[in-house]
Amino acid sequence: MAIALPEETAVGRGAMTPLPYRVVRKRRENHDNWTLELEPVADAIEPIGPGQFTMLYSFGVGEVPISTSGDLERSGELVHTIRAVGAVTKALCAAKAGDVVGVRGPFGNTWPVAEAQGRDLVLVAGGVGLPPLRPVVYHALQHRGDFRRVVVLYGGRTPDDLLFMRELKQWRDIDVDVTVDAAGAGWAGKVGVVTKLIPAATFDPFDAVAFVVGPEIMMRFTARALLDRGLPPEGIWISMERTMRCGVGLCGHCQLGPTLICRDGPVYRWDELAPFMEVPEL
Amino acid sequence: MRTLDALIVESPVFEGLDQEELELVAGCGKNIAVDAGERLFREGDDANTFFLVRSGLVALETYVPNRGAVTVVTCGPGEIVGWSWLVPPHRWRLSARVVENVRAVEFDGACLRKKCEQIPELGYDLLSRFAGDLADHLQSAYVQLLDVYGDRAS
Repeated sequence: MAIALPEETAVGRGAMTPLPYRVVRKRRENHDNWTLELEPVADAIEPIGPGQFTMLYSFGVGEVPISTSGDLERSGELVHTIRAVGAVTKALCAAKAGDVVGVRGPFGNTWPVAEAQGRDLVLVAGGVGLPPLRPVVYHALQHRGDFRRVVVLYGGRTPDDLLFMRELKQWRDIDVDVTVDAAGAGWAGKVGVVTKLIPAATFDPFDAVAFVVGPEIMMRFTARALLDRGLPPEGIWISMERTMRCGVGLCGHCQLGPTLICRDGPVYRWDELAPFMEVPEL
Repeated sequence: MRTLDALIVESPVFEGLDQEELELVAGCGKNIAVDAGERLFREGDDANTFFLVRSGLVALETYVPNRGAVTVVTCGPGEIVGWSWLVPPHRWRLSARVVENVRAVEFDGACLRKKCEQIPELGYDLLSRFAGDLADHLQSAYVQLLDVYGDRAS
């Protein structure tokens, strides 16, 4: 007797079954970060939005959640910047042009770019927090008239850890300020935590929206500095990363208090999540 | 041309001082310009001044054997460089190198200490302000020590 299988839909298939994507280009960004540009071998995932992530699968090794870092208004490839830090990310970064990886998604919500229209847009990135904000920068560059001032504040560990430095210098009509936590005499830029850039940044805190990405502790301190500057809590948005596994809110690995980050996030308004971020048990 | 008291009131450290206090503080200061590469002070030397940066960038650094000069933090417009004038033995604990051409107000710390001793209200007010500035720097140093972008934190 034949078993009636549920009709396979694009959504159903895309949620849990990786689609094969081929690496078309690979670029080394610094000593431990690579950018992969991927194109579908056959079927493609739904269009990805700024702030969303996919589950990237290195066959036989495992899956990791990676935010998109590309220009989403340029059709074609799916772009991810990956830090080679664990077994899966090292395997993904070792992929060569022509290799095939698996892609599930896109998952999660997007940056509320519309909230910033007609206002100042402040983007604060720490470490590998810059790639998830890069699609927003591209959007702001292409729709510059939609925003007033656009400010990018970027902090890294050392000068060697900074990403997209050549590109940062080419972003026109955007204020970019960079600092590192530690540097030798060869560095002619700023040294200090990224929050030190906030008091002197040129934006109107009473009519601005801030998007913040980085390690949780960096986002906590950044949010405090933005609040001190006068931004209201509802003007601050952060992107969270916990242990995302399924991507669709089934497994519960990424639970933080009452929320599942893969399903309800990763982008949250600061005042929605702040009470849970300072609870050690969570 | 703006007077020195009008310049220094724009710094968060001096913001909100009344006019009389501002003039007392400004009376110990002078405008300076220092080119990139020059030093404002050197670790171990007598510390009888401090600086309010108006433009440019200053690196506070220390010498580490086998590594050379290591920058601990940089200070830009509106920030104070130098606290060693406040506390005995009044010797610089770090060196200050100009990274980008600096315009600053240089204060005579001994002059200001004397005024603070003569006018305790001014002394308390200034000390509270510098303590707040120091607390901000201490907080930043704590975060730097956490190495939040390192492998263990990610």
